[in-house]
Formats: sequence, structure tokens, C-alpha cells
Amino acid sequence: MGGVFSTLMRKIKNGEFVITGEIEPEKTTNIGEILEAAAKLKGYVVAVNITDNPQGFAYMSGLLPSFLIQEVVGLEVIYQVTCRDRNRLAIFSDLLAAGSVGIRNILALTGDHVVLGDVPQGKPVFDLDAAQLVWMIRRMVDEGVDPAGNPIDNPPKFHVGVAANPNANPLEPEILKLERKVSVGAEFVQTQVVYDIEVAKRFLDDVSYLKVPIIIGICPLKSVKMAKWLDEKCPGISIPKDLMEELIRAKERGGKQAIWEVNIEYFGDFIRELRRTTRAAGVHVMAVGMEELIPPIIERAGLVKEAIDWRTYIVNKISKVILPQK
Amino acid sequence: MIITTQKPLEEILNYLRPYRKIFIIGCGTCATECQTGGEKQVQEMKEKLEKEGFEVVGTGMIESPCDERLTRKFIRAQRKNGRALDDAEAVLVLACGAGVQVVAELLDKPVFPGLNTHFIGKVERIGRFYERCRACGECVLGETGGICPVTQCAKGLLNGPCGGMADGKCEVGGWTRPCAWVLIYERLKAMGRLDLFKKFRPPRDYSRKAGPGEVVWR
Ligand code: SF4
Ligand code: SF4
Repeated sequence: MGGVFSTLMRKIKNGEFVITGEIEPEKTTNIGEILEAAAKLKGYVVAVNITDNPQGFAYMSGLLPSFLIQEVVGLEVIYQVTCRDRNRLAIFSDLLAAGSVGIRNILALTGDHVVLGDVPQGKPVFDLDAAQLVWMIRRMVDEGVDPAGNPIDNPPKFHVGVAANPNANPLEPEILKLERKVSVGAEFVQTQVVYDIEVAKRFLDDVSYLKVPIIIGICPLKSVKMAKWLDEKCPGISIPKDLMEELIRAKERGGKQAIWEVNIEYFGDFIRELRRTTRAAGVHVMAVGMEELIPPIIERAGLVKEAIDWRTYIVNKISKVILPQK
Repeated sequence: MIITTQKPLEEILNYLRPYRKIFIIGCGTCATECQTGGEKQVQEMKEKLEKEGFEVVGTGMIESPCDERLTRKFIRAQRKNGRALDDAEAVLVLACGAGVQVVAELLDKPVFPGLNTHFIGKVERIGRFYERCRACGECVLGETGGICPVTQCAKGLLNGPCGGMADGKCEVGGWTRPCAWVLIYERLKAMGRLDLFKKFRPPRDYSRKAGPGEVVWR
């Protein structure tokens, strides 16, 4: 290992507190909307994750959006790769393509099982798991070889990250698994969503021995309904009682606007505290469809943004590069 | 144990409809244990087929139809003792897929399966069978506390648990079944062998599994 190939990694290494965002290509060919969502995050996040059929849903592949977001929007991406839908050959091929167009950050994931998604009849692949994917990527980058050891002409340059779940119960196997992933070369970690800052703090302490940068995942709550659904139906996620009560009060008081204010306050303060009191490397904000929330949250957290008039920027760029949609 | 269940009668009748004289063969090992192809089930099948108008010209049990030597011996004995097997227009085998195939390889007439073959598994009691082995050819049980991740982890992961685990349960099946990798962790922890849990297992070499398996050492 050696060398720094991405802005994300450079900032992490410099000890800057990083904010990453998330973009989800969906069941659509409207690439313009995807780019516009990414453009809303530009200037507020260092890099943006491009999901790979999240929850096993059959969506647009993340590779092309990743390329275009970097080229057209000018925002660095973290290209997510799961092991659910492709075997090692297919993943390797996509990674060569990603490397060839300057994608530099990969998030290596096992992926949710096919039966959780919207085409449950498909055959799950899992030729590799997340740790083996990290291993394969490191060999591509460090040794310049494919999974069988055959040489690559002009090997790609990637930083590889992995996921971890601070809410996991039991937690110890989760931590040992992270240790295993770090031992094969994972360079950064993005966690599942955390709502309770004490959970985040405890996790950061528990894994501090691994000396790997940890980016804590957060996800704003669009509505009381969403909060209740996560709390009740999503195993492993619980919404702190205070936050839930505040959301309910906000709903009664002023509807959507008031709920957004609760989010801005809660997550702004959450980030501020993480940044001031822990060794977290940053925060990963999963605000798909709630991109407008990110600027005020980040401002409340006291982080400076690189000022940018994204709308003018994107309209100019898109109209030049992308064919008109619809 | 190879776990089998009987096919729906309708499916069996569909196979046999073009023929009239049927010979039924049962399996004295796994299918007897599963109560799908034992003597009793062979007898019951005979009665069902007769009720449907077939002539069951003979029945017989092979200790293990999957063992070519035993199946040959059975066929030889049948031919010595009478003509039933030769008279039959079709043969119905109540055994696993391997047993059916060995019979089909040795007989020059239509052979049909009466069972569906599910997996290699444990018998908790009759009617409760659980998959335990996918016959992967590179057993890792020695590193996983005797719990098979290839079979019991829904994704067959060698480096689990995955992010889908919650409260010790697996995402597949809606968090009702235990996560195999949590079971492995608990077992290895109790054994004082978490070093094995932390071990990285590189990707499998599937080239060894290309084509039908053969174990030939003599
Ligand atoms: S690892 Fe599992 S599937 Fe492979 S041989 Fe052992 S028990 Fe069977
Ligand atoms: S939850 Fe556990 S058993 Fe289920 S797929 Fe993940 S690692 Fe395997």
C-alpha cells in the first residue's frame, strides 16, 4: 500500500473531518435526475457513495453514474460494489472500467440477499464476500494482478473501504469481522446509520485499536412515519425516545417544515459533538431524496462549505454533455 | 442422510401414464429413514398405482440403490427368480436422484423418480429434516466450530457475519433463523478459538468443481 489517489483519502489522512453523501440510481434511465441530486451535494460533501442495487433492488448500475458524477458534476465518488449480483470476473471487469475513468474510492460490500429485493427469483451469486472483495482489490492495486494472479496492464489505483454496524448485536463478532477486513487491507470504514450518539462513541472506542478511519453513518428522518418504521420494523435500528418525541411534537406543531428543523438541529449537533469529542473521521449522510437537508445540517454542525452555485453549474454542464432526457 | 420427499402422486401418474406394467424399487437406507422409499412406502405406492389402473408386476428393495454393486446384484437376483422386472414396461424408483440414476444406467427401460431429493442433512425426527452439508469438497468445519457456513449461512459466506445480521438472526427469512456466523462465533468463543474466527479465508477455487464430481483414487 502507498500513495494517496483520492481527495477523500487525502482529507482523511490530513485529519480533516469529512462528510460523504449518498446517491441511489433507481429503476430509471433518467440519468439527469441522478446528476442533479449529486449536484445538490457538491460543495457540501467530499465524496458521494453511488449505491449498487441497495436492498437487492434491481436498479441502474452504479458505474456509469459514478463516472458522470465525477466528470460532469465534478464531485468525487465512492463506487459501491456488492458481491450479490456478479462473480469475481464481472466485478473485476467493472473495476478495471472504473479505474480507467478515474474512479478512486471503492466501498466493498457483501450486499443484501436477493430475496430481500424486488426480483427475489434471481440467483444470488456471492462468489466473493466483502472481505474477499477487499483482498481482490488490494491485489489489483498493490500487486497489479487479477484474482487468479494474471498481470494487469496499467493496474488501477483505488482506496477500498468497508461497512460496519455499530448497532450490531452481538457486537463482538462484528468488530472481529472488521478486524479481519482491515487485516486484508480495508482503508476506511463507513458505518450503518446510528441515531444514538452514545452507540457511535462506544463503537469508536471499541474499534480504536484497529487504527482505521471510521465514518459514522447518519440518516435524517423525513417523517414520524419513517422514524416509527425504522424503529419498529428495522431490526438493529432504534430511534432514541427524545428524538421520536420531538418529531411527534414537531409534526403536530408545524408539519414538514418543523420536522426538518428537528432534523437540522439533531443531526447538526450530532455531527458537531462527534467532531469535537471523538476520533471519528467524518460522517456519512444518507439523505436520499432529502438532499436539501444537507446544507443546513452541515452549517449547523459548524463546518465550512465550499461555496458553490450548483444550480447554474449543473445546468451549464448537463446541457453540454448529456443528451436531453424525456 | 440424503433427505427426500415423495413427489405428488399426480406427477408420478403423469410419468407412468403411457405404460401399464410397472415395477417399483425402494431404497433400504436414506429413503427408508425418511419414510419416503422404505418397504411400507413401496407397498403403499403399489396400492395407489393399482387403484389408478396400473398393473404392478413386482416390487423390491435395494439396500442402497446408489451403490452400483448392490443394484446389479438386485437385478441379477430378480432375473434368476422370475420375469417381473423384464415384463415391466417402466420402473418407478423411490430413492434419491443418485439411486434413480444408477438404476436407470443399469436397466434398458424407462426409469422414473418417485421422490424429490432435497439435501444432505440431519434428521431431528421424522418430518423434521435440516440441511447440513453442500458437499463443497473443501470442508471448513475444522475452522468454524463444526458449523457449516457454506450451508447454514444464507449467502454461504466464508468470512461472516454479514451486515444483515440483527439480534443474532439472519436477514433471510425475516430475522427468524439464527445467523450461522453468530453461532460459529459463539461456538469458537466457548472453545477459546476466536483466532479461527478472525482468520481470513480467501475466495474458493471453483475450477475444482467444474463438471460432475469424481473421486477416483484406485
Ligand atoms: S464445509 Fe460445509 S458444505 Fe463443505 S463439506 Fe464441510 S459441511 Fe459440507
Ligand atoms: S445474516 Fe448471517 S447467516 Fe444470514 S447471510 Fe448474513 S452472515 Fe449469513
